[in-house]
Amino acid sequence: MNEQLNLVQFMLQQSDKLLDQTIAHIGLTCISLLIAVTIGLPLGIWIADKKRVAWFVLGIAGILQTIPSIALLGFMIPILGIGALPAISALFLYALLPVIRNTYTGITGVDPAITESARGMGMNKWQILFNVEIPLAMPVILAGIRTATVINVGVATLAAYIAAGGLGEFIFGGIALNNTNMILAGAIPAALLAILLDFLLSLFQKANLKKMRKVSLILPVLLILFSSFYIIPYTSEKVLAGFTPEFMGREDGYLGLKSKYQLDIPTVVISDAVMYKAAFEKKLDVISGYSTDGRLKAYDLVTLEDDKTIFPPYYAAPLIRHDVLEKYPELQPVLEILSGVINDSIMTELNYRVDYQKQLPEKVALDFMLEKGLYKKPQSGAGTETVRLGSKIFAEQYILINMYKMLIEGNTKLKVVTRTGLGGTKICFDALTNNEIDMYPEYTGTGLLVILKPDKITLDPIIGNREKVFDFVQKEFSDQYKLSWLKPIGFNNAYALMMRRSQAQSLRIKTISDLKNYLSNENHQH
Amino acid sequence: MIIARNVSKKFNGINAVNDISFEVKEGQTLVFLGTSGCGKTTTLKILNRLIEPSAGEITIDGKNILSLKPEILRRGIGYVSQNNGLFPHYTVAENIAIVPNLLKWGKEKTSERANALLTQLKLPVTEYANKYPDELSGGQKQRVALARALVSDPPVLLMDEPFGALDPITRASIRKEFLELPELKSKTIVLVTHDVQEAFELGDQICLMDKGIIVQTGTPEELIFKPVNEFARNFFSHQRLQLELSALKFNSIWSSLSDASPAPTASLNSNQSLWEGMEMLSEKNEDVLIVRNSEDGSLKEISIQTIQSVYLENKRNR
Repeated sequence: MNEQLNLVQFMLQQSDKLLDQTIAHIGLTCISLLIAVTIGLPLGIWIADKKRVAWFVLGIAGILQTIPSIALLGFMIPILGIGALPAISALFLYALLPVIRNTYTGITGVDPAITESARGMGMNKWQILFNVEIPLAMPVILAGIRTATVINVGVATLAAYIAAGGLGEFIFGGIALNNTNMILAGAIPAALLAILLDFLLSLFQKANLKKMRKVSLILPVLLILFSSFYIIPYTSEKVLAGFTPEFMGREDGYLGLKSKYQLDIPTVVISDAVMYKAAFEKKLDVISGYSTDGRLKAYDLVTLEDDKTIFPPYYAAPLIRHDVLEKYPELQPVLEILSGVINDSIMTELNYRVDYQKQLPEKVALDFMLEKGLYKKPQSGAGTETVRLGSKIFAEQYILINMYKMLIEGNTKLKVVTRTGLGGTKICFDALTNNEIDMYPEYTGTGLLVILKPDKITLDPIIGNREKVFDFVQKEFSDQYKLSWLKPIGFNNAYALMMRRSQAQSLRIKTISDLKNYLSNENHQH
Repeated sequence: MIIARNVSKKFNGINAVNDISFEVKEGQTLVFLGTSGCGKTTTLKILNRLIEPSAGEITIDGKNILSLKPEILRRGIGYVSQNNGLFPHYTVAENIAIVPNLLKWGKEKTSERANALLTQLKLPVTEYANKYPDELSGGQKQRVALARALVSDPPVLLMDEPFGALDPITRASIRKEFLELPELKSKTIVLVTHDVQEAFELGDQICLMDKGIIVQTGTPEELIFKPVNEFARNFFSHQRLQLELSALKFNSIWSSLSDASPAPTASLNSNQSLWEGMEMLSEKNEDVLIVRNSEDGSLKEISIQTIQSVYLENKRNR
């Protein structure tokens, strides 16, 4: 009950967004449907007359239908970029098969005695098509349109991945933020929409044969009307932002940008898988990324300084159990060797080598240690004592864990066992407290927001400050879990706003405040 | 008047219709009779170019049918297709108005004419004009199909198994109506059927067809009493007696009948067949009925016995 109440509250609170997304969703569905009907109907009619090409056309449409929807969207991006165009194109391709197939089936299913008597009375080809064949095939054609509609309402949720809007924004945001209400706020309207549109079309279908002539007029008009709902979210915007669904829903994300910076920027929602590339291709100008992501370098992007510090610091530091430090006192100085050696741009560079140049994390770690003169040969065979290092499942952690392994084996007599790829924060943290691993690299912001989750009063005074956050997590982890945060390595893998280097330079934007000022000047001039 | 000369139709190298010629005089009814696949329906559809002939020449009222656009040609020829072919999404009135609309008649003229036809066909306008075909009985549908074909008063009417979808009883009664319909008296009609009885009742001339050729053309009487070959003879063998009685009209045996005393009512006329006479006798449960000669008005008596004896006598004389 409580859950439901919260959902209602959430939907009321977000009613603006919900309305926008629903309208965009209807628009996406109807525009693609309209195009599919405009093309599929004549095509179906044409192949009904040309049986030889029918199997070929139906075959191609069938193959298109079998492409997984995410993959189809993926194929669209290199050709059509991001936004409404690729989304509508993909939806159109999905809607095509049911429309063509049912038109074909409907037209070929008209009783030949009826078309023949029409011919016998002197009706020409077109008169027969419009007065006899289409009206009589209309129930079957409508069934196809219904199928296409339901498919499209579903697939249109994925449009949120490529900045085309729709109810997928809530659904994917909710999944990323583990927010059930947000998921339901997207999923329930999407389901209702599918049911509603299906129901509306079923009314047409039941309108019986006699009124089919009217239906064939009303339907296109309605489709066009619904389609016009969808106003393509950006037309001539100077600067366009693309944020992930997760970022959109976070206080240390889009909400903070609005409340603390009063940043008012045209925004689309997009998957982080395509976001960096879209920025590079000038489809987007500002994106929300991670400050040490390798793609920053790959696509020549720069991060904007968070001068009002809304993004909490995510400084990486070794997280280790107290009892391990007591047992092997030699470990602490070794693990702190990296401190101050790796800054944001170095970490970005290292991630870039793994993510984009496809080098092995071991090699990247070794090359870096050699370059910095930190590599020592393992003191092999000396001891039988081992420490167990863990890591989460992404490149940065693999690199760090390999560096720590080299440092420990080179500087102590301990042996190292690595347990890499331990999924997310929760898994690593539980493994550490349950004495399954001895240490893993963690981020201060994650420790603060994911594990400690302090209330707003505690959070507000410290959130923007690197030292205060570190001191807070250091103290709380020690008290609550008997864990120690060692000295941070020095890079900050936090949320950041990013722009193309060339654009940021030409607009002289270095900080988020610069961006805000630039935008309000622009608005002022217009 | 329809004249067909040496008409052929090949489908994929096979002759469906092979070099046939025939004539239909104005106001007459020609029936193509034969088993399925004999080419009778193909022949009919060649007449309004639903099927284009491979060879031959056809003129309707002196005009070569190939000289007109098919659509224009068809609008001038009434057509009743197999299974009535009514548009299920059109009302009775709309179905009847199809050809007038193609001919761009005014609304008033169309509905006036449609109403007149419906009344003639015993389908009261107020009750039936706005009904859809699936709300009608088989016989009613057939009548609407007929009205639809007749609405523009075409001089020529083509009918493809027009009563094929009806049960035998409805069929017989609608055939009777059909014969009596004043609209049809002046029409040149070509009709296709596989029903021998139907052919004998409706046809002035019958073309018996087999394997794409015309086996014999003639009046019902000629066909039943003077078959040209074994096929023609065998075709009618299983209901020969009935057909012979149907083929014989009172006209042709008038002299063999005994005069009747002047009576106020005659039940039959001399254009009717002996078969109809017998039916009437049993139907009315009478021993004697009066037949009126349609030319001079003289009256004769008939009974089962007289019909039997004149029939046998006629048979002996042939």
